[in-house]
Amino acid sequence: MNSPRAAWLFLAPALLVLGLFFLLPVIAALVLSLTDYDLYALADIRNLRFVALSNYWELLHRRLFWSALGNTFYFVAVGVPLSLTASLGAALLLNSPLARMKPFFRTALFAPVVTTVVAVAVIWRYLFNTKYGLINYALDSVGIHPVDWLGDPHWAMPTIILFAVWKNFGYNMIIFLAGLQAIPGDLYEAARIDGASVPRQFWHITLPMLKPTLTMVGMLTVAGYFQLFAEPYVMTEGGPLQSTVSVLYLMYEEGFKWWNLGSASAVAFLLFVIMFAVTATLLRFSRRGGEA
Amino acid sequence: MAVLMLMAALLASCSRQANDSHELTFWTVGREGEAVAKLIPDFEREHPGVHVKLQQLPLTAAHQKLLTAVAGGSTPDLTQLGNTWIPELAALDALEPLQVRVERSHTVQQADYFPSIWATNLIDGTLYGVPWYVDTRLLFYRKDLLRQAGFDTPPRDWTQWRHMLAALSPAQRRGYGILLPTNEFEQLLALALQQDEPLLRDNNRYGNFRSAGFKRALTFYVETFKLHQAPMISNVEAGNPWTEFGRGVYAFYLSGPWNIGEFRQRLPAAQQDDWSTAPLPGPEGPGASNAGGSSLVIFRRSPHKEAAWQLVEFLSRPAVQQRFYDLLGDMPPRRSSWEGGALHDDPKARAFRDQLERVKPTPPIPEWERIVTEMQLVAAQAVAGQLTVDQAAVEIDRRADGILEKRRWMLDRQGRSR
Repeated sequence: MNSPRAAWLFLAPALLVLGLFFLLPVIAALVLSLTDYDLYALADIRNLRFVALSNYWELLHRRLFWSALGNTFYFVAVGVPLSLTASLGAALLLNSPLARMKPFFRTALFAPVVTTVVAVAVIWRYLFNTKYGLINYALDSVGIHPVDWLGDPHWAMPTIILFAVWKNFGYNMIIFLAGLQAIPGDLYEAARIDGASVPRQFWHITLPMLKPTLTMVGMLTVAGYFQLFAEPYVMTEGGPLQSTVSVLYLMYEEGFKWWNLGSASAVAFLLFVIMFAVTATLLRFSRRGGEA
Repeated sequence: MAVLMLMAALLASCSRQANDSHELTFWTVGREGEAVAKLIPDFEREHPGVHVKLQQLPLTAAHQKLLTAVAGGSTPDLTQLGNTWIPELAALDALEPLQVRVERSHTVQQADYFPSIWATNLIDGTLYGVPWYVDTRLLFYRKDLLRQAGFDTPPRDWTQWRHMLAALSPAQRRGYGILLPTNEFEQLLALALQQDEPLLRDNNRYGNFRSAGFKRALTFYVETFKLHQAPMISNVEAGNPWTEFGRGVYAFYLSGPWNIGEFRQRLPAAQQDDWSTAPLPGPEGPGASNAGGSSLVIFRRSPHKEAAWQLVEFLSRPAVQQRFYDLLGDMPPRRSSWEGGALHDDPKARAFRDQLERVKPTPPIPEWERIVTEMQLVAAQAVAGQLTVDQAAVEIDRRADGILEKRRWMLDRQGRSR
């Protein structure tokens, strides 16, 4: 047996599984997005109409789609940097030689990641309650007027971002921690001998050495944050005034609430295209940065 | 990932569990499951061969689960079904027509049921369900607060109501006249159903929200917020409306029958005489409200339709319905069930009995829930001052017409083929 054939033979099981459970559904969804598959089509397939690109066309003319896209970009643009900063900050603190009780803090900071969104959302909803919430109580005691966190269209998204960052930063923190521990100690030692201050050590040693980790974590976080769904689903149900409807939430409503699977598939593909473009751009930027 | 989620729904299990000939699968939605579990042993004693397998679906997941079950061919024998969902499952041809069984039945007597509630089970003249319990919206009010403001009786029409709301709002006291959560469509819908014009026109092909009647209802609704007689909040923020009602933050609360039980449970004994219920005031005199509630339906694919029908009959008996009310507070859909038991003597239930003779069904089409959801989204924008009443009415019509496009296409095609 020649070697290419052997290679294909070994690849076959994986390709088969991928083709059957990934490629085929994706193609089917693409076909679906070109039809008006809905409740009536489910009842009788003769009610199915091929509509070409009109699902996409209608979506692009729907204000809700654009506002959902805007909300999603808002969430990504604010949430990702905030999340990365929080993760890196926590990792640096944990990695500091001055830190005590490291295992305890590591567990405590990682805990939100392994809790269930639904259970935690109940607590957060109480914390952010306008009248009885702890947050407003604390603000009130320093003389700030109560904020309608989840009810005001301007505050709902920031609250969701805060919730998501708190819920997810522990995961990236662990990856950063591993990255930090991989940086050789003699680099810092040399820098100290040369008289470099702590901020300069961070800027010239820690950040460059962490760059591959940062790129990877950043990319994964962006991809993850684009798929915002669970947080608005459990905290606000997309409200108030649809200010927390994300693209994926829109897809859920179209597909599972109203059973318009055709237009829901179109939403999914548009989101896929957008995410692909954004991550590809980010990747190109980070490569160019690497060459410079 | 998103794409995969969608496909999962389509590929939803095609496996059909093998049904034991003595096992009857019964799905319930929400709180009813726990109460009905206490009624089932009596049924099983009467029908020794039948074992009822009860499955409780949470309300938020029920709709999706039912549609997925139909798509995957794994429906139960019978289920509890909100009567606004009947048109959808009927469109999917998933339900067993029941007219013949009803005509043969000694227990289920159509004439005994509230006519509008019964009508919600008729889709294009075919009967698909038997009403199980009813749900309509009316006013809960604080007797003591109204009395302090100089009103001895609850309002009968909108003019009186507006007058009382004004007297009980922030200008006069700490608190609001009424709680109308901006993300719930039921309140505005009840006001809209009081109008003479239908909500959809031309055999439910187009929206009719531009009618003078709907605009009148929307104006009344929006003005309640503009005059600060209701706070501009959603039910998520309203959090615990029962305690707030008890504290007098709201003098009126527009809600359904289950809240009789909630208020009895949550408010202290000393306060129980301070609140009551009243039929919903209409534009001129007592008005209509929505004909909500749940029905019992049997699935076409069920192999045990006879046993399923026996369970439907059992749950339709007045004595069983009275016990059901005692357990849960769900109100029976037939007049004879109201003639005995705790329900008959309950002063707080009386307003519901009165209201039930004056309820109106919503348009019986699968698209209705989506249309009414869009109606509320636009209405919330009008409340927030982003749209005028006229603009909002036009916008709701535009969205409704868009949603109904497929229905029009199908009706036209059926018209041509005939």
